[in-house]
Amino acid sequence: MSTPDKPAFQLDYGDLKRRHRKAKIFANFCATITWMGVALLAVLLAQVSIDGFKWLDWQFISSFPSRFPAKAGIASALVGTLWLISLIAIISIPIGVATALYLEEFNSKNRLNRLIELNISNLAGVPSIVYGIIGLAVFVRQLGLERSLLSGALTMSLLILPIIIIASREAIKTVPMSIRHAAFALGATRWQTTWAHVLPAASPGILTGVILALSRAIGETAPLIMIGGLTYVAFFPEGPMDSFTALPIQIFNWVARPQQEFHELAAGAIIVLLAVLLLMNAAAIVIRHKAEQKFK
Amino acid sequence: MNSTPNEQVPLADDSIIDLQEVSIFYSGKIAVDKVSFPIAKNKITSIIGPSGCGKSTLLRSLNRMNDFIPGVTVDGMVTYGGQNLHGSEVDPVEVRRCIGMVFQKPNPFPKSIYKNVAWGPGINGYKDSMDELVEQSLRQAALWEEVKDRLHESALSLSGGQQQRLCIARALAMAPDVLLMDEPCSALDPISTAHIEDLLFELKSRYTIVIVTHNMQQAARISDHTAFLETGKLIEFGVTDQIFTRPQNQRTEEYVTGRFG
Repeated sequence: MSTPDKPAFQLDYGDLKRRHRKAKIFANFCATITWMGVALLAVLLAQVSIDGFKWLDWQFISSFPSRFPAKAGIASALVGTLWLISLIAIISIPIGVATALYLEEFNSKNRLNRLIELNISNLAGVPSIVYGIIGLAVFVRQLGLERSLLSGALTMSLLILPIIIIASREAIKTVPMSIRHAAFALGATRWQTTWAHVLPAASPGILTGVILALSRAIGETAPLIMIGGLTYVAFFPEGPMDSFTALPIQIFNWVARPQQEFHELAAGAIIVLLAVLLLMNAAAIVIRHKAEQKFK
Repeated sequence: MNSTPNEQVPLADDSIIDLQEVSIFYSGKIAVDKVSFPIAKNKITSIIGPSGCGKSTLLRSLNRMNDFIPGVTVDGMVTYGGQNLHGSEVDPVEVRRCIGMVFQKPNPFPKSIYKNVAWGPGINGYKDSMDELVEQSLRQAALWEEVKDRLHESALSLSGGQQQRLCIARALAMAPDVLLMDEPCSALDPISTAHIEDLLFELKSRYTIVIVTHNMQQAARISDHTAFLETGKLIEFGVTDQIFTRPQNQRTEEYVTGRFG
């Protein structure tokens, strides 16, 4: 034990220096790793831009695919992607948010519900090709929806539903319990509380999750190829039962060809796909910001 | 407990709520142990006691707010209007319409001041002029003058004391029979606290108020009746003056004179 005029422990400044050095080394290590990732991405983007930019013009956007690279375009793929993403949003958002609300607000914590929760987390980790097989077996064959936009959208909705549910649950969890209690104390039912207070307060988080999930869906290729999105489509789909192509399929198709020009076309399509993705993410940020302002 | 307290104290004859041997358990662990006392109409009843003695738990059993805490079970009877509030045929939503609550931390909805007050009556089918009800409720909560020009601004822009008065206005807009308050001033500064205490005096003529408080001076100042709880048991219940000046029980005396707790 120490005497009263001495501190209970001795400060060892040499040791402190070593600890600071350790912290610095670790910080530098983390920074290096981060910048390596960024650099890799930059190289990738630069490569794609060099290859693809010269093909980017109105003709490229507005033409159907063609055997001749100079005439080829992504019109049908772009329209197909927009169709697909709209259908996916219509299908997956209501189901996903409703499921999250059920699990968070209405669910009594019994064994069946815990099993459901566990399985949703597992589903989020299932490879996308497996969803493609399910889509092919159930939607295309069993339900006879053929190789249509609807089959594709349903398959993709299955794929992103776990993501939407998990993100929405997290958003709902951040709504303070005191808000719910305030509503209940005014004689509100569970539904009135949820609809008027929990859902609006959680909506910025839910929206962000939904848009990120949709961005994931927009880039998925494997399930669409599995259920047979077409690779050569020289028409616009006019309804959900039409056959379709989408940007990732078009890119996949072009990359698989031997000619250099088609590889460059693929790069051009990748730029368009990235632009659509960035637009969606930007929208997510704007919507989130707006919604947060409203609740301040 | 050395006696049944409510027999020896002269109380107002009309009680609005009667607690009879109320016991509350958290997953089987006892938190409130066979507590009985009446709550008199148009009076302020305060529940005091050291931290963790079960006073908030007991308060929440008066409007079924314990339903939201997993694992809570309630034994005994809380009689209100001739009915046991914890009976299986009672709809807790109906109970909470008549017995309002103000919480420890101000918890306004992240909406406008106006909507905070109007929402409760709105969902419960209030048909008359909402503007009038909002004004009247805010006036009752002594907040009207401060917010009348900014009714459509966010309630979160108000100060803590104002937020708590808004929460009181929100509860009053439902015209409850009974108003439960769970340490309503514990998060507030002395001036806001004084505001709210004045307010409670005003409200007494129209409402029955049950208040849980840590602050003994507050209980002595504002309440008509006081219940003193310790480790879940009711030690003493009586007229506030008597509890604070001539307590019957040794423990009560020690607590109110500040020797423990």
